[in-house]
This record gives sequence, C-alpha cells and structure tokens, in this order.
Amino acid sequence: MSMTMVEKIIAAHAGKEKVEPGDLVAVDLDLVLGNDVTTPMAVNEFKKIGFNDVYDKNRIAIVPDHFAPNKDIKSAEQCKIIREFSYEKEIKNYFEIGEMGIEHCLLPEKGLVLPGDIIIGADSHTCTYGAFGALATGIGSTDMAVGMATGKAWMKVPETIKFNYTGKLNKWVGGKDLILYTIGDIGVDGALYKAMEFTGEVVENLSMAGRMTMSNMAIEAGGKCGLIEPDETTFEYIKDIAQRDYKVFKSDKDAKYLKCYEYDVSKIEPQVAFPHLPENTRGISEVGDIKIDQVVIGSCTNGRLEDLRLAAEVLKGKKKAKHIRLIVFPGTQKIYLDAMKEGIIETLIKAGAAVSTPTCGPCLGGHMGVLAKGERAVSTTNRNFVGRMGHPESEVYLTNPAVAAASAIMGKIAGPEEVM
Amino acid sequence: MILTGKVWKYGDDVDTDVIIPARYLNTSVPSELAKHCMEDIDETFATNVKSGDIIVAEDNFGCGSSREHAPIAIKASGVSLIIANTFARIFYRNSINVGLPILECAEAVEDIKAGDKLEVNIETGVIKNLTKNNEYQANGFPEFMKEIIDAGGLVNYARENWGNK
Repeated sequence: MSMTMVEKIIAAHAGKEKVEPGDLVAVDLDLVLGNDVTTPMAVNEFKKIGFNDVYDKNRIAIVPDHFAPNKDIKSAEQCKIIREFSYEKEIKNYFEIGEMGIEHCLLPEKGLVLPGDIIIGADSHTCTYGAFGALATGIGSTDMAVGMATGKAWMKVPETIKFNYTGKLNKWVGGKDLILYTIGDIGVDGALYKAMEFTGEVVENLSMAGRMTMSNMAIEAGGKCGLIEPDETTFEYIKDIAQRDYKVFKSDKDAKYLKCYEYDVSKIEPQVAFPHLPENTRGISEVGDIKIDQVVIGSCTNGRLEDLRLAAEVLKGKKKAKHIRLIVFPGTQKIYLDAMKEGIIETLIKAGAAVSTPTCGPCLGGHMGVLAKGERAVSTTNRNFVGRMGHPESEVYLTNPAVAAASAIMGKIAGPEEVM
Repeated sequence: MILTGKVWKYGDDVDTDVIIPARYLNTSVPSELAKHCMEDIDETFATNVKSGDIIVAEDNFGCGSSREHAPIAIKASGVSLIIANTFARIFYRNSINVGLPILECAEAVEDIKAGDKLEVNIETGVIKNLTKNNEYQANGFPEFMKEIIDAGGLVNYARENWGNK
C-alpha cells in the first residue's frame, strides 16, 4: 500500500484508498488560479459551460500580473474582462493593481496555498506551490474554466522521480542553482509527465523562498509538479496566514520511485543557463567573456525578499556598469515594502537600478524591459527560449540574483567573487 | 475521421514562445493569433500554411507556458493534426481540451519529411504517408481521454458528467 506524496494527495482528492501511476481520475480542487493572459479565454469557456456561478468564491484566485498595469489598449481590454467577471461572480481573491503581485509570489504570502492541496493554475509556473507539499500544476484556460465551474479536473497519476541533495552548499549557491543544475543534468524533458520530489538535507535547510525557486522550475524539466515535504520551515511560514485547514501528506519510506538522482551539492557552483534552453547550463567559472546589455532581477522564480536582499548585498556601495540597464521588479507589494524598510530598495536605486512595480512584464517580453535585436540579458527568470524577452535574435542567460547583480556591475556575465 | 494534409517538419523542444510569442498574447482572438503562429521559428509558416496541413515534430512539442493560445493559434492557422515523438504535458492537455488532434508516433516522425503528404485515421491511429507509400501506427488514447474527445472537448464533458456543486 506504499505511495508517494503525490499519489496520496491525488487519492485523497479522488475519494480513493489508493491510486497508481497511469490511473486517470477526476479530483476535487482546493484552488483554481488564473492571470490576465489566460483568464479572459477561461471566462469565454466558462460562459459556454452554462453555469451561473463558480463552485466556490473563496477558492478561485485571479491576478492581473502579466501585462498589468495595462501595457496597451488590448491588454486593458483583457484585464477589464477578468475584473468584471471577478466582481460579477464575487471572486474573493481577485487582486487589483496596488494589491496584486506576481501570482506565485502573492498567493503563498496570502496563505492561499497549503500543504496537501491540489491546485490548478492557468499559468505554467503554478508548480511553485509544490514547495508547500501541494500538488500544484499548470493547466490551460479550458481546464481553468471547468475548474471554476465544477471544482474538478481530470488528472493522470504521474510517476515520481526523486532528487536528493546532500553536502555543503558553496557560497552564492542557492535554490536557483540547484534547480538549474538539475535541469542541466536531466534536460528540459527529463521529467516529462512526471512528479519531481526534492529531498535531502540541503532542501531541508532551504528557506521557503529557496524551495519555491526550485519547485517553480519543475516545469522547465517537463515536470507536472515539484514537491517538497512540509516541515517546520513550512509550518512556520503558514502558521499565521493559512486561510484554510490543511492536511500533510508524506511519501512512504518504501514508496516506489521511477528513478532517484543523487547530487553532492559541494560540487555545484553558481549556474548560468545559456540560450535558448534552461538545460544549457554551465558553472560560472566556465562561462567566458560574455558582454551583456540588460540585467533583470525579479519574477516568480527570484522576486522574493531574500532574492532582493542577495542582489543588494552584492550591489551595496557599487554601481552598475554604465551601459547596463538594471531592472528590478519585486514580486509583491509586501516584498516591495519590506525591501524598502530594510534599505534594499535604496541600495538598488543608488547602484543604478530601475525598480518596477510587481509585474511579469519583462520575463516574457511583454513590457518593462523588452530586448532589441542582438541584445543580451542576464535574468533571474525561468526561461531563455528564442524571443522570450523580446526580439527573436536577442539572448537570455538565466542565473541567480547574486550572479545577476555582479554581472550588472561588470557589464558582462560575472560571479559575485569578482566584485566583492 | 480521416485527415489529409502536407507536412511541416520541426525538431525538438518547439516551445510555446515560438508557437505564439508572448508579445501577441494581448488578444485571445484565434484568427489574430494564427497570423503570428510559429513566427519566431519559421517566418514562412503563417503565410504559407494550408487548411488541413499537418505539423510533425520530434521530442517535447509545446514545452513552456500554459497558454492555450498555442494550440488555438495552430488550430486557427488551419493545421488539422500534430504528430510528435512526445508532447509537453500542458500542451497535450490543452490540445485535447480545445479539440486539436495530436498523435504520438516516433516511427512516423523518423520517416516523414517536410512536404510529404499524409492521410491519417484519427480513430485507429493509422498514419499513411502517401508520398513514400509507407504506413505507421500511432499510440491510441486512453478510454477516459477518448470520452473527452468524443464529447467534443472538456467543456461538454464536464457539463454532462460533473454538474455544478
């Protein structure tokens, strides 16, 4: 009867004693999420279904964050559709400009994502909430519409792959480097259709921010989700903010995994993912001389207070290189405020950064930092596909916030040691 | 259902950002999206694709974003079917949910070249290459997914089977 965490969560939400990989089941949903790009299409589909109301006004979250604050008239129309829908259906967790943040930074902060949940989100980085021991996965607009109407989704029970991290982390190496290294090892389809489970002393010692960075990029290995077993760190994070009761599920000791990967993290240095896939990783010492035009620090991957703190530590008392555009976008209003109180924002601005209101904008080449032909960016975001941040002939190099900050100072890809 | 069309061939990891770049996601109108379909990987696609044409690609087709705009853009461009070795998970779901036929068949992907003419039986998964006079057998869909496809997509399926709480 042994099961992995994911199998237990699915069984509990499908009203079954046991499920096995490959089973197709309908599950009850704890939360359904959408943003300004995916929700307008979901609203259309919702109307087609012919239901008047959403299944639960408290269990839907709608966040205008991609092209918001509205970047153009078309985006404004899209945001208007979801705003009107949210008011009409009395969606409790609709977050307007001024309250909103980047969805995957915001929802955890609001206590909306909890251990043992099944969450579907019409955004591929919904897998971020695996950091709380939830089965959270990206789906499209039609699934979102049906989820909002019925509280249900169909799911194939995935096989689970275990990733175990042991050893001592090197200076300037964090969750971002662990996940980039892992993707570099297994490839962008290395966990296709699979659940990833991150374990070991290194993961146990990561903060929630570091864990969220890891789970966030499970999708970049093709994973359905990336789970971490809830522990004291998790419970401490949610204790005052949890909006619902929750149940903790843990993998059985003798649970069956498709594969187990073992990583000795003492061998991992800060990672850089070269264009045009997140799997094209190299250690910072193997990068060579790559001049850059722009540095972006933020996003659902690395836009949390801890990430900004790290960038500020490197940039403190220094200046970005003259030709560099350094753009920082905190994940939420709370993160922005906390960073102000800590003096982080002042440090960043004095170093020459443009600090933006929370938005997904530059990460997907939407607005607030789009690249021209031939330009190169170092970015703490999650994808470096062709044209991801702008012109199809621009390039994106993915790194952690400390490397991004150091690169801004040097005007080329550089490790923090080179500037500290 | 029998589909016939000419092949557009692509490689591994065709991601949703090249299928429909994010700069065009400020609309959800299928015909608008179709105008920019595959633009960053193949500038000739949107203008030259013919109704019924078939995309054949290698591993992990549709990786990246959850944007349903990707299968919608492809469907609206006239493509009748995608055959690949494997599909990324969300793209696979979205295609079924919006009624864009997809088949996994490594044998076909290896043999088929750009421009070949195919005749495909969606029900049986039999792919005939009329140019080369070869035949391949694709993997079938599980019963549960067939029910969604037969219902005409997830919305119809949910209306019939899940009801409102």
